[in-house]
Amino acid sequence: MSRPIEIRTSPHLKRARTVPQIMLGVVWALLPICAFAVFQFGLSALLLLVTTTAVAMGTEYLFARLSGRGNTLNDWSVVITGLLLGLTLPPGFPLWMAAVAAFVGVALGKSLFGGLGFNVMNAALVGRAFAQAAFPVAITTWTPGFAPGRFQEPIPSTLTPPLMQPIPVKDWIGGLNIDGFTGATPLALQKFQHIEVSGLDLFTGMVAGSAGETSALLIMVCGLWLAYQRLLDWKIPVGVMLGAVLIALPFWLLDGGVYPTPWFVLCSGGLMLGAWFMASDMVGSPETPWGALVYGLFIGALTVVIRLFGGLTEGIMYAILLANAAAPLISAVTQPRVFGTRKERRS
Amino acid sequence: MAETTQPGTGAKPTADPFNRQESLTADTFLRGLWQENPVFVMLLGMCPTLAVTNSAINALGMGLATTFVLLGSGALVSLLRHLIPKQVRIASYIVIIATFVTVVDYAIHAISLELYASLGAFIQLIVVNCIILGRAEAYASKQRLLPTLVNGLGMGLGFTLALLSLGSVREILGSGSLFGYPLFGEDFQPWLVMVLPPGGFFVLGAWLLLFAWLKQRRERRPLASAGATSHG
Amino acid sequence: MSGTLPVQTSTPAPATPAPATPGLAMLMTLGLIAAISGLLVATAYEYTAPIIAEKERIATEAAVLRILPGAVAKRDFLIAAQGGLTPLAANGDGGGASDAAEGSIVYAGYDAQGQLQGLAFTGVGTGYAGPVKVLFAYDPERQLIVRSKVLKSNETPGFGDKLDKDPAFLKNLEALDTRLDATGQTLANPIVTVKNGTKTQPWQIDAITGATLSSRAMGKAANQAAQRAAPAIQRSLALLAQPPRERP
Repeated sequence: MSRPIEIRTSPHLKRARTVPQIMLGVVWALLPICAFAVFQFGLSALLLLVTTTAVAMGTEYLFARLSGRGNTLNDWSVVITGLLLGLTLPPGFPLWMAAVAAFVGVALGKSLFGGLGFNVMNAALVGRAFAQAAFPVAITTWTPGFAPGRFQEPIPSTLTPPLMQPIPVKDWIGGLNIDGFTGATPLALQKFQHIEVSGLDLFTGMVAGSAGETSALLIMVCGLWLAYQRLLDWKIPVGVMLGAVLIALPFWLLDGGVYPTPWFVLCSGGLMLGAWFMASDMVGSPETPWGALVYGLFIGALTVVIRLFGGLTEGIMYAILLANAAAPLISAVTQPRVFGTRKERRS
Repeated sequence: MAETTQPGTGAKPTADPFNRQESLTADTFLRGLWQENPVFVMLLGMCPTLAVTNSAINALGMGLATTFVLLGSGALVSLLRHLIPKQVRIASYIVIIATFVTVVDYAIHAISLELYASLGAFIQLIVVNCIILGRAEAYASKQRLLPTLVNGLGMGLGFTLALLSLGSVREILGSGSLFGYPLFGEDFQPWLVMVLPPGGFFVLGAWLLLFAWLKQRRERRPLASAGATSHG
Repeated sequence: MSGTLPVQTSTPAPATPAPATPGLAMLMTLGLIAAISGLLVATAYEYTAPIIAEKERIATEAAVLRILPGAVAKRDFLIAAQGGLTPLAANGDGGGASDAAEGSIVYAGYDAQGQLQGLAFTGVGTGYAGPVKVLFAYDPERQLIVRSKVLKSNETPGFGDKLDKDPAFLKNLEALDTRLDATGQTLANPIVTVKNGTKTQPWQIDAITGATLSSRAMGKAANQAAQRAAPAIQRSLALLAQPPRERP
């Protein structure tokens, strides 16, 4: 009765996850959202995602080479940046502008700080913020989803020649014969005309908006998978949603005719995508447990404040960028007490 | 600063290294253009650099106005350098600089109302441009008239060149034109951010990055020329 | 910078201890510098002042004549405190219009035959980034503002500059109602900017989407200018009808 002795490591010892593993997990989680974006907006969304990802990778490669860091593409992080950027842009966004945004996002938001791990802010949002500042009209031009023939030809403005103004999409939208499409996102409708799109449509993504932010349900499912895999800190998205609801609820109770319902606040615009995929970016968020929650609450609250009282319809982008900047401070003030020590008042 | 670190050839052997006379060389002029460029190397005069470089014309006007003030105040400070007591020198320099700024303010107003309107308060603010006070304190107050003029001209042109390089990039991207001449035709999509204040920071940063990278590359080249990739 | 550091001097004693400058010498030096400065500034002013005044006059005239098509000559009037207009010595000593507060001036444009072609006045409204100054053309017979031109604005490029370009917005200012009320003191209906797409009355301005604050500035400027100038103009129509004197 001799059996060969089987040698195993103790079950509680695990190999630490490597950076490429984590990043690849996030890429997998983003793919369903990308697929839905392509399904909803057709060829344009595909071209947009390919462009932002390719330019982001090219920029990363170029700057890594120039600064002598070798090839940094294989950690997959820049792919996330490219995909996220593409998902936050309107589907008919001219490709050359998307390329500019991707270049600026990666170069200014990441490479100049020294690459992955050193960037202060989410690179995709830096790129989007630049595009918002440079091309404010193009980035708020929305086109309807589920257009007939969307897989055969792209939205006309997508193929705008470089440096030129976007090709007008008004005639194209008119030719689609879609009733009641005003070119306004649910957020804009709510803000300026106090018309609330039905919650179910928002949840499932049957509305106008950026390429990948329309379906709150899908984003949440993908995000939950990431959280289940421990690839993101669940406290951050929860904090964002909680913060948004906490600010939105009193206003809605006060005057439901003017202010949106908390459900609408959660499901509209980029809040879901921001909460699950951008705010939770490990580099830009605080590493302490309480810090993560505070950081999330801050983002959610600020987003709703910007939406309700700011000139813009959407505020998640600036909220996350600001919170990224504040993250080191949040970490510093929420340092947990080291076990066995007394709380000391620092001089 | 370089006059304090480089052993000048014509320096009189005096105890105080800050008070030596400089002989006139090509370097006196060229230093301001490149080696000690007020914007790209010394990072002085940031206020006009960022504020009025939203078009090439504005940048050129500002640069030339500053050059004029540099030359005029430098000449006067240099001429009066033995007369001005140490205790009131800063006050004297400021009065002299303010004089020339006022003169240039009138001159621009008379030359072009449009330029005057777009430069606005920044003409008057040349008074507090530290390039000018810095030159008066560090150079003109110690040197003879001719080197002061030549050095001031170099500095002024270096400043103008820097402003122009910012202004042209910002105008090309922000308005699709250069010196007011459209480059891309009707359909050009202006990059709004470029004519707004953030554009100034972006473009300045980009130029500084380029120069720092070039400098680094030049220093590295003798050691290893393998890393030199062609770069458009 | 290194010059200001407290450098440890190698020599035991400073080579040249700064001699105490007597106060009188300081005063004299400063006086000399002040004199030189004064001379330079005065000379520059003397030389440039007439050129500047002339250029500004030409610029104003060009703007007024551009906004009043058909006009070839202009006269300036001042809105007097009593509520009428008084002629202003337009080509006096070069200063002319710039002396009086610009907001109180009404420019009248005449064609070659001396017929009144229209009036122009400026108004100021606060926009997104400070005041927006606008020149308005006014038709005294129909009591309408018929044209506008932004003279000065710091509004965000791409949004605020639509005030002068957006054809739909400019339509607002082609027939903006400025009728006076029964007393003849104020406008029957103050000019207001309304939200995009909700204009129903001829005294309303339809705002530009995305540039609401700038559009409001335009409305405020029009209202302020018309409230001030329109009553005075209506009271002084006889004066305005006189053809301008020949230019010297």
